[in-house]
Amino acid sequence: MATTDTEIQRYSYDVVVIGAGGSGLRAAIEARARGLRTVIISKSLFGKAHTVMAEGGAAAAMGNVNPKDNWQVHFRDTMRGGKFMNNPRMAELHAKEAPDRVYELEAWGALFDRTPDGKISQRNFGGHEYPRLAHVGDRTGLEMIRTLQQRVVALQQEDSVEFGDPEARIRVFAETTVTRLLKSADGRIAGAFGYVRDTGRFILFEAPTVILATGGIGRTFKVTSNSWEYSGDGHALALLAGASLVNMEFVQFHPTGMVWPVSVKGILVTESVRGDGGILKNSEGKRFMFDYVPDVFRAQYAETEEEADRWYTDPDNNRRPPELLPRDEVARSINSEVKAGRGTPHGGIYLDIASRRPAEYILTRLPSMYHQFKELADVDITKEPMEIGPTCHYVMGGVEVDPDTAAASVPGLYAVGEVSGGMHGSNRLGGNSLSDLLVFGKRAGDGAADYISSLGGATPAVVAADVDAAVAEALLPFSRTEGESPYEVHAELQQTMNDLVGIIRREQEVKDALAALEKFKERAQAVSVPGERAYNPGWHYAQDLRNMLLVAECVAMAALEREESRGGHTREDYPEMSPEWRKVNLILSLNGDKIEMVHQPIPVVREDLLALFDISELKKYMTKEELAGHPGAAALEEGH
Amino acid sequence: MSYLAKLRVWRGDAGNGELKDYKVEVNEGEVVLDVLHRLQATQASDLALRWNCKAGKCGSCSMEINGVPRLGCMTRMNTYPEDETLTVTPMRTFPVIRDLVTDVSFNYAKAREIPSFTPDPSIKPGEFRMQQEDVNRSQEFRKCIECFLCQNTCHVIRDHEENKEAFAGPRFLMRIAELEMHPADEADRRDIAQDDFGLGYCNITKCCTEVCPEHIKITDNALIPMKERIAGRKYDPLVWLGSKISMRPKSKGTPAVPGKR
Repeated sequence: MATTDTEIQRYSYDVVVIGAGGSGLRAAIEARARGLRTVIISKSLFGKAHTVMAEGGAAAAMGNVNPKDNWQVHFRDTMRGGKFMNNPRMAELHAKEAPDRVYELEAWGALFDRTPDGKISQRNFGGHEYPRLAHVGDRTGLEMIRTLQQRVVALQQEDSVEFGDPEARIRVFAETTVTRLLKSADGRIAGAFGYVRDTGRFILFEAPTVILATGGIGRTFKVTSNSWEYSGDGHALALLAGASLVNMEFVQFHPTGMVWPVSVKGILVTESVRGDGGILKNSEGKRFMFDYVPDVFRAQYAETEEEADRWYTDPDNNRRPPELLPRDEVARSINSEVKAGRGTPHGGIYLDIASRRPAEYILTRLPSMYHQFKELADVDITKEPMEIGPTCHYVMGGVEVDPDTAAASVPGLYAVGEVSGGMHGSNRLGGNSLSDLLVFGKRAGDGAADYISSLGGATPAVVAADVDAAVAEALLPFSRTEGESPYEVHAELQQTMNDLVGIIRREQEVKDALAALEKFKERAQAVSVPGERAYNPGWHYAQDLRNMLLVAECVAMAALEREESRGGHTREDYPEMSPEWRKVNLILSLNGDKIEMVHQPIPVVREDLLALFDISELKKYMTKEELAGHPGAAALEEGH
Repeated sequence: MSYLAKLRVWRGDAGNGELKDYKVEVNEGEVVLDVLHRLQATQASDLALRWNCKAGKCGSCSMEINGVPRLGCMTRMNTYPEDETLTVTPMRTFPVIRDLVTDVSFNYAKAREIPSFTPDPSIKPGEFRMQQEDVNRSQEFRKCIECFLCQNTCHVIRDHEENKEAFAGPRFLMRIAELEMHPADEADRRDIAQDDFGLGYCNITKCCTEVCPEHIKITDNALIPMKERIAGRKYDPLVWLGSKISMRPKSKGTPAVPGKR
């Protein structure tokens, strides 16, 4: 295919799902169940999405291991983990519906680990009061993606019998990238434009609804647990289509990524290591997390090693080990220890399960971790501690959506999973991602179906000039014969974000990052790619770069604006959490080619949900005025 | 610590191609995929290869390194002498798209022909009860990351394009075994395993097990037990007698799903 060929293959569907991970597949399954003709667009092969890397499990208050668990407890844990910045309606829906979504997977063939009475087993995880994560060893994400993939296949088999065509109502376009969303003249979603990777051919889907399920933005950072696909495509497509993003400053650095060898730096080490008994030690052999329990969590965490160790077998009468604090707390603590000179030879901290659990236990509970360390680092985790350090893992910020339908502000546009914002507040609890994908994936499929019904047969039409512009934009990198490679710009972008907008942020550094981003944008305009259209990674990279730069700028702008420290946003110059800032959502949108940011009041927590918390806890987060409706407010007034 | 590795990489498309020589820097602890990425970033930005997780969990970066089917992300450079020339080629069993990327659609087509999980329709979600010991076997098979290295190495189809129609390959025969051993599945795929998916072609040389990056015992735990289950039904004299004197109805297996190849 010539680098100037503008031919386009056109298709027409009801729903275009961009992304074939957990949320995209769940959304597509629901849309198809509602009778809609659905297409799934995947940047990779079918079944390779980033969801496969999720290890720990899916959080759902089924109460199989501890019957005291219920949705209210899960909701409370989620809000605490997010430092009360979560969209409360999303956290509520998530906590209520997660069990049904997990049971559904089992009915589609998933094989979770079992309890002695034959139910789905549940494991402990950071920030979760009770054992809550449905899991399969340490490869839960793989089980989920395979189950959903096989569910799609099962639906195709039904269509094969009914229509003689397995792709009659649900079709997967693997290795296909969308570069632009298209709207009608009156501002509704009308389709999506992109290219098929293996031929380089352009492709246009005309459809009244698009569900973004593109995952996160980790590839904008150097040290990350994320795959190449995580280039913020959905975030950027939403911005370019006129939708808004919320709270992009909240980026989760997972406390335990591999630190050595350099080539694997950032690869995830599951939190289950700690949930199953692993502890963190510095180079002096000290179990340091006891020194880092913040006031807001003091009541729920053990103060001595003895109490912490008793908790694994007697959780009702002991408090949790501080290694199981929410991820943001643990990541910051590790960062501080390394900075204080108590790190390991390769600049990490020791994660030790070898001295705490028998080898057979480790091999059963953490088989992938065993292989990962054995094969990539020559470390036997049943005999030696692991060296670990923080790695960019997840973005809490994302497309601003309606909690019940996952609808973005552009009619016909939906966003689910990591690309959406609000659910996790300023910090996501481990295990809440897989369940988030399922709960809101289903809701988006329903939301899209209801919207299509409301259109009453009208189909928004794409604007021809927009299609021409999308073609021209995609071909631009081929038009230059001289110019640097997109790989160079990307490598510098990653280093800049890592160094200047990373786990600890300072005003001047973030300003420096914003200045650097301006230069990267200019350079990105001038990259050139040799070769042809067919499967040309250099060309693909050049397209992704636009998205990563947009997203990086949003993260940096919001990080500069929010003058407090909370969850996945730590400002060295504003180290405290501020009840005034808690009331502010930072909303980002695109005006021409300029990103604009406004303050927007955070949604109010309903009184019945507020009453689930003790007022003495809430007052650490909220202003007195916000607590006026709480049953304990009068007591607070009297000074108790 | 770092050195220049000699790489010979297959470059080309479906029509034609050749092995091209490169010299690429290698640092401590790196895997073959790291070195290919460096080649991409510094000398050949259009080198086509697949990868995703770089942690052995997604099964994307399947390739042949010195003729051996492997994941690029899990093959450390220090397993080869520094002065050895590494030859990196695409999987041989599948048609080349470009460079190291092959057309693996054969696998997805086979997957679609196997009757899906079929539970008792009266069991509602949330009501399934299964013991760990009963799910262990199928769980082992569900560790599969679909890298298709077993498909690539299996001699039934590696150099025999003509067998692809009748043979699903180890990955999908294992999928059938997984469903057959699933404690909540009610379909019977024994007949089609033999008749439609070609289990009989497998002569248990264990090549698939050897290349499995997940260390799944494909032959011993999936293929041989499936062969035994089929033999048990076909040749059990009591079953045969029963069917002859109509004591038990002749069992009818679940049919394969009509395919579109």
